[in-house]
Amino acid sequence: MHVVVCIKQVPDTSDVKINPETNTLIREGVQSIINPFDENALEIALVLKDTQGAKVTVITMGPPQAESALRECLARGADEVVLVSDRAFAGSDTLATSYTLARAIETLDKPDLILFGKQAIDGDTAQVGPGVAELLDMPVITYIRRVEVAEGKLKVERVFEDGYEKMEVPLPAVLTILKEANVPRMASLKGRMKAKKAEIAMLSAAAIQADPERVGLKGSPTKVVRIFTPPKKTGGIRIDGTHPLEAARTLVEKLREQKVI
Amino acid sequence: MSDIPLIIFEDKCTACTKCIKVCPFGALTMEPREKYDLPASRFKKIAVVNEKCTACGACVQECPFEAMELREIKRTFKHNISDYKGVWIFAEQRGGHMEDVTYELLSKGRELADVRKVELSAVLLGSGVKEKASSLFAWGADNVYVVDDPMLEEYNTDLYTDVVSTLISKYKPEMMLAGATSIGRAFIPRVAVRVQTGLTADCTALEIDSVRQILLQTRPAFGGNIMATIECPDHRPQMATVRHKVLKKITPDESRTGKIIEEKMALKEPLSKIIEVLHEMGNQVNLAEADIIVSGGRGLGGPENFKMIEELAKAIGGAVGASRAAVDADWIPAYHQVGQTGKTVCPKLYIACGISGAIQHLAGMSSSDFIVAINKDPDAPIFNVADIGIVGDLTEIVPLITKALNDR
Repeated sequence: MHVVVCIKQVPDTSDVKINPETNTLIREGVQSIINPFDENALEIALVLKDTQGAKVTVITMGPPQAESALRECLARGADEVVLVSDRAFAGSDTLATSYTLARAIETLDKPDLILFGKQAIDGDTAQVGPGVAELLDMPVITYIRRVEVAEGKLKVERVFEDGYEKMEVPLPAVLTILKEANVPRMASLKGRMKAKKAEIAMLSAAAIQADPERVGLKGSPTKVVRIFTPPKKTGGIRIDGTHPLEAARTLVEKLREQKVI
Repeated sequence: MSDIPLIIFEDKCTACTKCIKVCPFGALTMEPREKYDLPASRFKKIAVVNEKCTACGACVQECPFEAMELREIKRTFKHNISDYKGVWIFAEQRGGHMEDVTYELLSKGRELADVRKVELSAVLLGSGVKEKASSLFAWGADNVYVVDDPMLEEYNTDLYTDVVSTLISKYKPEMMLAGATSIGRAFIPRVAVRVQTGLTADCTALEIDSVRQILLQTRPAFGGNIMATIECPDHRPQMATVRHKVLKKITPDESRTGKIIEEKMALKEPLSKIIEVLHEMGNQVNLAEADIIVSGGRGLGGPENFKMIEELAKAIGGAVGASRAAVDADWIPAYHQVGQTGKTVCPKLYIACGISGAIQHLAGMSSSDFIVAINKDPDAPIFNVADIGIVGDLTEIVPLITKALNDR
């Protein structure tokens, strides 16, 4: 069984701060991390490796620096990693990214299962997993919190707003994984040593035979036209809580006054 | 380098670094001129763009020296965009119950269709849903496309993709909106790829550009730290999923009528099958639908104090939410989590108890209509987004609020 995990290296948004004078993002000193949901996807793959001897390949599209995210995956137990990187991919939106990843996956051994995190925390789109499934003509189930593989079939639990569904799907298939699926493992010391020395395979636009019309900005129908900082909320009021009973009553009164309740 | 459409004129750049500060994507750096064999200048460095550039143009606007310019990018679309007319919305229903987001989309869709002077149509999929179709006219729909088939009884990503893509290819709408729900966000991305167009996720504002008559789609990014306005100029339909509860509903007009168009199509048996549907989470958990949410965080001090959150939620008729810290500490199950790694919510009232307001949490709730924060730290960032902030001990205050509500 071959499991492909698609990951993204993202800025750690808990580090991202706004410069109050210029109202812009401060990126200096912001750490790059593996997108947290992708760690849950990787963990599912690694459990399948432990329990069923699956081969785990991790793939990412990104700048050369994304290599460090792939090394972390190797350290945790991935068998192979692939960096899809080319300046031609710059400015890709989710359509171009889906295309690029799909082409790259087609150069690998045929996957039985492709895993994504629910969404990336920098863009929050949740669109690339279903996009890749479409281009590879595989079924996709999103928002998964449990995965079991038995007799060439997947048994999964898909979470909705008000409950969940137990679903079954034959392989190959694409899944997008929630945080509550598991707790990702840490890399072992031995794993780290191995990962440090590993060669990272690189795939360029030429290597995946990408259509130049379908990658990068040219292959991206959407275009960011304006970036701005959301206006700050003003006019909030403070209630002193040193007299709890009074504070509680004042709050309820104000909520009723303003017809919030 | 040629693929990035940002041109930096080496003779004009003064390495002032203003562009770096405004770039939302970290796509610009200052590099030594000699690294690029540039002629000597009194400035040792020059701005250099990397592959993170999305050609948003923020730097071009900011540069005081006109040292930057964006090249026009030619995007190819295999169809004629002038053939695409009308605004479509996806009418989401589950188990025959029309989801509220459908009415929100129709309300906004009506406005957009009026600006564009085109018709508004709803697309309704399901089993035995035909009778529901006429209820959508009151909310502004001119047409309802109905695909009524027993195979569509339960939601299925692959089947929904087949049906909606087929309808789009047949009728060619210029816009297609759907709720950013666990259904909309699952199959609409697949539809967009099949019809080869752009899609903007989780929008919080939509309007028509008055000059170019195209859809401007605004959404939060970087956990809500910045807002981005996105357009899809050369492809159709222009597609967006829209955050639930952000758009305001119109007052329905029961006298309105419209046209029901029943579509029959041969559906392919989907590969994925539902074995069991479980609605385990009661009203206290359906955060997406809740009008009021009471959330607890680290400031609760321990799992036992979630009881007072639940009691307040019960007294006020709301759902129970939690911060990541509370979920990570195993005080409450993960499906209660609000925030970037949890759920994005937009209730009428959000009460944050003992939540400091890390940006990941704010990302999930700051678009709520009214926010109350209770925290002992007067400098907690949650107070920056709160309409009413109470500085004090929540373990004392929260039960008293519950009491004040019940006393009435």
